[in-house]
Amino acid sequence: MGEWWTTETSMENYEISSISHVTMSPSRRNNLVSMYSFPLSKSSYSVISAFCTEDNIPQCISYINQELASLGLSSTCIEAISPGDTGLSTVPALNAMYELLQIHRRSMCNLEELEREQLRKSSTLEHIQMSNTRLKDQLELSIREKSGLHETERQLQLKIKTLQSCLKTEKDEVQKLQSVIASRASQYSHDAKRKEREAVKLKERLSQLLIDRKDKKLAIDVLNCLGRADGKRRHWKTTKATSSHEDEMYKSLLSDYEASQRSLMLENAELKKVLQQMKKEMMHILSPRQPSTRGATADDSQEQADLDGEAKGGDASRESLDQYCEHAREQLTNSIRQQWRKLRNHVERLDSQASQAQNQLESNKEVIPRETHEDEMERMRCEVQQCREFIHAQQQLLQQQLNTSFDDETAALLNDCYTLEEKERLKEEWRLFEEQKRNFERERKNFTEAAIRLGREKKAFEEDRASWLKNQFLNMTPFTHRRRYSSSDGQSALSIRSEPEIRMSSVKSQLAKSSTYTTFSTPRPSQSAPVPSTTELYRTLRLIPDSSSSRHSNRGRWPECSNIEDGETLVRPKNRLRSGGMSIFSLGEDENSFT
Amino acid sequence: MNFSEVFKQTNQLCKVSPDGKYLATCVQYRLVVRDVSTLQILQLYTCLDQVSHMEWSSDSLFILCAMYNRGLVQVWSLEQPDWHCKIDEGSIGLVSSRWSPDGRHILNTTEFHLRVTVWSLCTKAVSYIKYPKACQKGIDFSRDGRYMALAERRDCKDYVCVFVCDDWHLLRHFETETQDLAGLEWSPNGCVLAVWDSCLEYKVLLYSLDGRLLSTYSAYEWSLGVKSVSWSPSSQFLAIGSYDEKVRILNHITWKKITQFEHPAIIDNTKATVYKEAEKRPGVGSDEMPLHNITMGATLFNTQSKYEICPLPVQIPVVKPDPDRASPKIGISVLAFSSDSRYLATKNDNMATAVWVWDMQKMSLEAVLEQTSAVRCFQWDPLRPRLALCAGNTKLYLWSPGGCVSVQVPTEGGFQVQSLNWHCSGDSLILLGKEQLCLCYMDTDQEDKFKGTRCRLLECSFFLSGLKHSQQTQHSS
Repeated sequence: MGEWWTTETSMENYEISSISHVTMSPSRRNNLVSMYSFPLSKSSYSVISAFCTEDNIPQCISYINQELASLGLSSTCIEAISPGDTGLSTVPALNAMYELLQIHRRSMCNLEELEREQLRKSSTLEHIQMSNTRLKDQLELSIREKSGLHETERQLQLKIKTLQSCLKTEKDEVQKLQSVIASRASQYSHDAKRKEREAVKLKERLSQLLIDRKDKKLAIDVLNCLGRADGKRRHWKTTKATSSHEDEMYKSLLSDYEASQRSLMLENAELKKVLQQMKKEMMHILSPRQPSTRGATADDSQEQADLDGEAKGGDASRESLDQYCEHAREQLTNSIRQQWRKLRNHVERLDSQASQAQNQLESNKEVIPRETHEDEMERMRCEVQQCREFIHAQQQLLQQQLNTSFDDETAALLNDCYTLEEKERLKEEWRLFEEQKRNFERERKNFTEAAIRLGREKKAFEEDRASWLKNQFLNMTPFTHRRRYSSSDGQSALSIRSEPEIRMSSVKSQLAKSSTYTTFSTPRPSQSAPVPSTTELYRTLRLIPDSSSSRHSNRGRWPECSNIEDGETLVRPKNRLRSGGMSIFSLGEDENSFT
Repeated sequence: MNFSEVFKQTNQLCKVSPDGKYLATCVQYRLVVRDVSTLQILQLYTCLDQVSHMEWSSDSLFILCAMYNRGLVQVWSLEQPDWHCKIDEGSIGLVSSRWSPDGRHILNTTEFHLRVTVWSLCTKAVSYIKYPKACQKGIDFSRDGRYMALAERRDCKDYVCVFVCDDWHLLRHFETETQDLAGLEWSPNGCVLAVWDSCLEYKVLLYSLDGRLLSTYSAYEWSLGVKSVSWSPSSQFLAIGSYDEKVRILNHITWKKITQFEHPAIIDNTKATVYKEAEKRPGVGSDEMPLHNITMGATLFNTQSKYEICPLPVQIPVVKPDPDRASPKIGISVLAFSSDSRYLATKNDNMATAVWVWDMQKMSLEAVLEQTSAVRCFQWDPLRPRLALCAGNTKLYLWSPGGCVSVQVPTEGGFQVQSLNWHCSGDSLILLGKEQLCLCYMDTDQEDKFKGTRCRLLECSFFLSGLKHSQQTQHSS
């Protein structure tokens, strides 16, 4: 109680008003306190300090009665059994006590409630104060920011001012320079003129001097005079001659103008033709769409009327085209212009229609997804909500667990759990690893087995081939079954063969090359003994067991190729050599890859 | 393609007569006239001093040889070898001498541009034209030879005089709106005179024959302006090359700009083909061209080159000009239309190794030839759309719409082509080295006719028609 009191007093500073109506009046509290301490004092404290003594029972009773009345318990009035007696009538006293106890309990309840209220209030108060301080901070910050901005603005303005002044000075400078340039230019031109005059004077003087000196050297020395190029005699300089020159000049000018006018006229006529053509085509384009739009709008009908008028006008203009009449020309251009406008409107309309249609299409396209989109959104929102709830519940559970049973033991337990889990996982991984290893082992075994099998097969195949070849040799008749062999070869035999080799395998180059091939390609030189040689046979000789599927595909087409490329091998001996080298290399490589 | 043997020449003085029959060359103080078809010497004249300028008269009958340092002009007749004519300008000096279009008058410009002296070979008469202006191109004759325009400077103002060449009658004399006239040129039809200002100001003025100002064109102000001007043979276009590395094309009706061709350092125009000359030393890759090794024996020590088509974008090497120097090496200095006005070839001075060919029908870039060395000279075939160029090395380069080819000139002693001239028939080219010249015959149907006289030295390894295709296939592979 005392503690509460102190807190209350400390709180009084903050919220006196709220407390004042929650707490009881001090007098009342004092009463309570006194009442509370009363029974205790009876037993432990001296009688003097006690409230009631043997002597003042009636006063006490009356006082208590008064108090009770003031408390509104006027119905129960404690009274002595008899006026002089010290005993009390039990029933009203007990009733009064009961009432008091009730009141006390109620007040205690109230108190508790108020306390709680107080706590809540204080917490809100704290919260409000916190937010208040935060807001204050924010305010301060924003004020600071504002001042900063003001500062920068000021600086920028200053800068602008300086720049403006700079600009002004620059402008002044430019003006000054321009005036300088102008003055210099005038000075220069003046000087130039002066110099020129001087030069002219000098020249005059010079020529005068030269003439005065009677320069003897100045002469023409011709063996005999020539005739004029046109064979005519020289004309006298007369007014007639000058006028004839003028005439001639004007004549030439005139002819030039006439020529240019002619060309312009031609151009004009051409352009007019083009215009007419355009107009006709426009009319052609515009007319078929009229029925569809006729009467649709007043505007269109107006247009139609225009067009009709136009057609007449056009005809008229065409008729008067040749007359170069101003009016006709105007009419023509006007009609073209109008029709052009119409065409443009039409095209624009078409454009807008097209764009509208497109928009519609787009909007249609959009509407459908939007619905589904919204549905989807709704669904997702629900899901999110669910998840959130789930998470919340989990959090709560966790919190509870932590609150209820978080101690070292549980922590250790949890730790153990984790390590166990880890161990489990590792074991699992180990097991996987083992399994993989086993797999690898098995594969390796398979592989070696396959290799062995392949070796065996190779051996068998070689034997087979040897026997087949033997057969072949024995009952071979050269060139008669050529086609058949080649085809059978193409299907069954396996050979390594690169493109350049195909070129080489011509009848002509065979003999020269056979030795090199045998050494490198086949392990049995006896097979390459000079037999009736066909290209097919030759190829057969160079068979080796290893082959890749890609080479099979090559093999499919060589019989045709070889015949075509025979000619080429003749022309390029260098190539042949090089390709031979290549083939050797490729063989070696294949052997490597096999083992 | 066949090449003749090499002849001597000096000062790059070598000209084919206008009728295409004779070839005149100057060797020191001698003038040699040969037959173009046989290259046999027809006439040999001896001048008084080393010739500094030589020119055929329009009728191919006379040859003018000017010796500027002596102030002398000698004229030789092809028909009458013993006829002679000597014009002495005396102490006043001589800087330029030329024929009038009729071939009977000689116009000599004296030193300091004091005057132009017109000497008549018919009457021995002499007349003076005063105040000629010393500029890039101060005199131009119209193509039909009827009129001569002359830039004049009087009282610090520019004037243009139009003379009738027939009797040197002054037809028109008018002031031009130029600060400092730099040049003038007649349109090929002879009715419009283009006049341009000096490079300090971008200004092109177009005058009618009667002196009316037709139009003025100025693309920009302040920076350096016009560097070169050229009419198309059809008189339809006027191409103006300027210091801003652009060519502007004016039309002949409104005299306004139709288009402008820029010369960017990085070409990413997908319509254009970029041919890059690739050099390679013979003998290194002998495997790759075994067939041609035998024929190339004479040129074993020369590098061979061929054109490769570069995938876009291509970076053209650019030399940044020194801004402190006068007349900076930047801008379009050479413009040339093909004879059919279909193509325009240009050269930008700060991209000295590249020649640009523009299609005038599509108004777009057609091809760029990027050489390994700086281009010296290029000229169109007078009949076909075929461009020949040289780059100061031992090779001759040809471009045609079908493709591009580089040909080694198969002569001993390192014949370096400095300049070239087409024969007027377009069948042969005259290649000028430092002190030599050589004729290059294009492959034509009449080749058999000349077989006896020409030494057939080289079978060209690439042919024009097949080249482009083969290069493309090479690329794709």
